[in-house]
Amino acid sequence: MADMKALYQEVIMDHNKKPRNYGKLSPCTHHAEGHNPLCGDHISLTMNLSGNMADDKVEAIGFEGEACAICKSSTSLMTVAVKGKTRSEAEEIARDFLDMTTGKLDMNAPNKLARLTVFAGVRDLPTRVKCAILPWHTLRAAFNSVEEVSTEADGDPMHTT
Amino acid sequence: MNAPTLKPENSTEPNPSQPPLNRGGADTALPLSRGSRRGFEPNEQTGLNPATPLDVERIRADFPILKLRVNDKPLVYLDNAASSQMPQRVIDRITHYQTAQHANIHRAVHYLSETATHEYEVARRTLQKFINAKEDREIIFTSGTTEAINLVMHGYGRKFIKAGDEIILTTLEHHSNIVPWQMLCEETGAKIRVVPINDAGELDIEIYESLFNERTKFVGVVHISNALGTINPVTQMIAYAHARGVPVLVDGAQAAPHLKVDVQDLGCDFYAYSGHKLCGPTGIGMLYGKAKILESMQPYKGGGDMILSVTFEKTLYNTIPFKFEAGTPPIMAAIALGAAIDYLQNIGMDKIAAHEHSLLEYATAQINNLKGVRIIGTAKHKASVISFAIDGVHPHDIGSLLNQEGVAVRTGHHCAQPVMNRYRVPATSRASFAFYNTMAEVDALIAGIRVVQKVFA
Repeated sequence: MADMKALYQEVIMDHNKKPRNYGKLSPCTHHAEGHNPLCGDHISLTMNLSGNMADDKVEAIGFEGEACAICKSSTSLMTVAVKGKTRSEAEEIARDFLDMTTGKLDMNAPNKLARLTVFAGVRDLPTRVKCAILPWHTLRAAFNSVEEVSTEADGDPMHTT
Repeated sequence: MNAPTLKPENSTEPNPSQPPLNRGGADTALPLSRGSRRGFEPNEQTGLNPATPLDVERIRADFPILKLRVNDKPLVYLDNAASSQMPQRVIDRITHYQTAQHANIHRAVHYLSETATHEYEVARRTLQKFINAKEDREIIFTSGTTEAINLVMHGYGRKFIKAGDEIILTTLEHHSNIVPWQMLCEETGAKIRVVPINDAGELDIEIYESLFNERTKFVGVVHISNALGTINPVTQMIAYAHARGVPVLVDGAQAAPHLKVDVQDLGCDFYAYSGHKLCGPTGIGMLYGKAKILESMQPYKGGGDMILSVTFEKTLYNTIPFKFEAGTPPIMAAIALGAAIDYLQNIGMDKIAAHEHSLLEYATAQINNLKGVRIIGTAKHKASVISFAIDGVHPHDIGSLLNQEGVAVRTGHHCAQPVMNRYRVPATSRASFAFYNTMAEVDALIAGIRVVQKVFA
């Protein structure tokens, strides 16, 4: 069992109180809403991409919403991690993040997560995994021009494990 | 007759003097508006005899799971409104049944089948006496409260409720007493009318009474709110409905574990609860229905044991309660629930209610002393359920951090989203106490809340 208090103290002191890239981009090229109906988390993600190809860059990203500290800080850290990255790089990070939080990632092997490994501990708390991965689902939805995404949808990795 | 008695340890011994279940019960008209206040009125909860308080430490020794440590802290289990824990005696009863008594019931003539059938029917009579039902055939085993309400919707609602008819429910209902009726309305064209609550979480009884008209055909009301702990004035509400010829279903999922329930005093037409909130296993619960109404209803599930004879031309349904118990029931769970009720009655429901009320009062006072913490649901009559919010902290963060301290509370919407909407919150944290909780555990909760506030400071 990860020490949740340590996780909270490390992440919350920082990103929950001072979320990075907070706000809405208008106009934007990509947008999606993420919902976790079980706890009422809701985030709105806006991005400006330089194009629609895999090697186009996330030039700007912003988020707004009401969410628990894990969701909010995960979203904040995500925006920092993907800003300036190409779409395919961002999708690789998303894959590693989802694998890590559902316990499928070998943490000793190289990965793209860097500071995001702070969320590794949520895999021990299945109900909180959804809070941490909601922004990453929302990012994927925005890339694919899906307007809304929910943690209760069929494609949720929590439903397939 | 429902007074708790100190029974011998093994109260599941066969009782050959008990009459068989399928006797023809002559139905006498039941008084619809009895004024008796005995048994379930909240102000009686304080009637604890101080000479014989609950020996909580002795009781805790009966529950092996309470010895667990979580995150290197002693488990403080305050999620009893979701599910309660099981004493060793019930665990032993399950083992005894599975090792020496199991077979299918109501079927074969061999020894084990007769033993299992006997024990199952003994359990039914235990449930009957627990809520003072008039007859044992008025007790139907279901998988829980949810199935019990669905049974009434299918068996009564689909037969007797038509387009344009109205069903009165309350804001405090659990989803299980909302969704089945919405399904019925979608199918039939009936309508749901909702009784609102005030800021304290109490039903507005004036509005309840004003909702009645000639189209009102059914009332569904929760006895105790699972989200807020409000104890509703169901006796008064039932009397008002009955004076207008409207039957009433009471969802007793939160009440049966905490108060003495007497369905004849209440006068309700239906009463439902779940076994796992009463120290019994999951997968078992009960529907009480007045015999006359149950007999008038259509079956809910078709299958074995609910029939008298089957041909492809014509099937004759069995008598109640079997008409509503198609297929092989959860026999072990039913017998274990009987053992759990015996266990609770040995302690005494009055003593349980009194101890839980002390926990509620102490916890309420302690939480009210904390800055930045707000109790949601401050009804005058409450059971030992406290929903609360901490300023600036999402309930799920509260739940995870309390878990770190070994404290188990429920966080979320408690399957009562209309209540959450009423208070404009997506979710709350909820501490719910059982008779095996201690004042020291209330202190652990308070200390845990302080830790949460410190992390978020």
